Amino acid sequence: MSVLIFIDHADGQIKKASFETLTYGADLARQLNVAAEAIILGTVNDDLTTLGKYGVTKVNQVNNEALNTLDAQVYAKVLEEAVKSTGANVVVFSHNQTGKAIASRVAAGLKAGLVAGAVALPDTANGFVVKKSVFSGKAFANVNIASDIKVISLNPNSYKTIAGEGTSSVNQLNIAVPAARVKVTAVNKVSGEVPLTEAEIVVSGGRGLKGPENWGIVEDLAHALHAATACSRPVADSHWRPHHEHVGQTGVQVAPNLYIALGISGAIQHLAGVNRSKTIVVINKDAEAPFFKAADYGIVGDVFEIVPKLTEEIKKLKA
Amino acid sequence: MKILVCISKTPDTTSKIAFKDGNTKFDESGVQWIINPYDEWYAFVRAIELKEKDPGTILHIITVGGADCDPVIRKALALGGDEAIRVNADSSDSFFIASQIAAVAGEGNYDLIFTGKETIDYNGSSIGGMVAELLDMPYISLATKFELQGTTATLNREIEGGEEVNEVALPAVVSCQKGVAEQRIPNMRGIMAARTKPLKVTEPVSVDALTSIAGFELPPAKAGVKLVAADNVEELVRLLHEEAKVI
Repeated sequence: MSVLIFIDHADGQIKKASFETLTYGADLARQLNVAAEAIILGTVNDDLTTLGKYGVTKVNQVNNEALNTLDAQVYAKVLEEAVKSTGANVVVFSHNQTGKAIASRVAAGLKAGLVAGAVALPDTANGFVVKKSVFSGKAFANVNIASDIKVISLNPNSYKTIAGEGTSSVNQLNIAVPAARVKVTAVNKVSGEVPLTEAEIVVSGGRGLKGPENWGIVEDLAHALHAATACSRPVADSHWRPHHEHVGQTGVQVAPNLYIALGISGAIQHLAGVNRSKTIVVINKDAEAPFFKAADYGIVGDVFEIVPKLTEEIKKLKA
Repeated sequence: MKILVCISKTPDTTSKIAFKDGNTKFDESGVQWIINPYDEWYAFVRAIELKEKDPGTILHIITVGGADCDPVIRKALALGGDEAIRVNADSSDSFFIASQIAAVAGEGNYDLIFTGKETIDYNGSSIGGMVAELLDMPYISLATKFELQGTTATLNREIEGGEEVNEVALPAVVSCQKGVAEQRIPNMRGIMAARTKPLKVTEPVSVDALTSIAGFELPPAKAGVKLVAADNVEELVRLLHEEAKVI
């Protein structure tokens, strides 16, 4: 009996989202009074023993470089074997891009009930009830998992990562890796950018910026805050900004600590992509913009005047 | 080439979300039902485009739900496709739903199974992966581009901070999102044609649901916006630093 936490990595480094899932999984293991173990497929440059500070006692590794690129089918097969060999009864993923590719596959392969997009620790007093975000962040569902093995994927940025003291042992698992059927032919990463779904702060621009040539003020503010940049749907549809920056119901859903909306009116579809943000700041010259109703802080005024001032003030604070 | 597109009925994006029966059921009163946007705009439209390019393609849509799904299925058939299959069962459990789709898909020998990246009601992103697992097929999730040459698909897949280009030999399961295709509006001819397209209703295979919804809750209401004067940006920075503690 144990909680097994999946560690996600890219370019030889463990992803930030994994520290959150490790903390969550270790807390869950404590709650269930079972061991907390991690599983990593492939190789990283990080020292795996240091993951003990997030509360796991053992890191299981399938040390095979073929696993450094993701084929959901291969990953699922290897993970299902790992779950069986470690005797885990709860498996935890992040509900990030990787988690969305593999958590449901692993759940189906193990005939395990899945709650995807969890936002809190399960209530285990009566059954195993996990709270998850539904209706694009407009509500929560409490979902009971009835199967013996349970799979949870945690919405990124919904659980506080805590690093304490401690080291973990590393255990090599000898699991055969099937041949991949998906070939990765290229990786196109936008260098120097903070990935939108991992960002703690997001600065987002809308039609109020009047054109792509005015995005400098958005980028300057984002840079000062070490934030990711985003945009509303009309901006992406007008090709002012790339599609992967579109935040909203049909774009990317984000849950940063701080979401700053510049010149965005706040249509209901946009709110569905941002309503899990902890703090929302709206700057818009239209005092009637619906976004102000969903905001925590706001300034009614001209973004072209206010945003450069805001950037300067942030720089002063950081200096 | 045989393509199966999984579609789901969801409340319109502007629907007011409320619950009834002691917060155990979604309150459907006054709700407009639509095809889940990811399924319709991206997965289904891309499948229609593939059929337009190769008219020999057989294109089916599938949904798991009760008779109340039929109007939404007809709406989908108005956009294109040859036939719809509805598995007559109502469940919130992704494994149950995926098992029904896999049972139909396994019989139908499809080369390509498309889903949207998630539904806008349950936001699980689960069905594609489960169907792929149950059918032992490759799965490419969060596709933003899909091209087909013969029986090899080239796709762009969203990863943190960018995209990956993947190549896979069919059969495969793909979940689609923005970028794969552009939204379409059905025309009158399509709406008329949809009336005569077959909508087959099949009974579900026996599968135990592994999860159940114990209840719903709404997030706490926002306290209201704190407005700062436009000439007092310092105050906003102070609030974010000292009160919200986010910078």
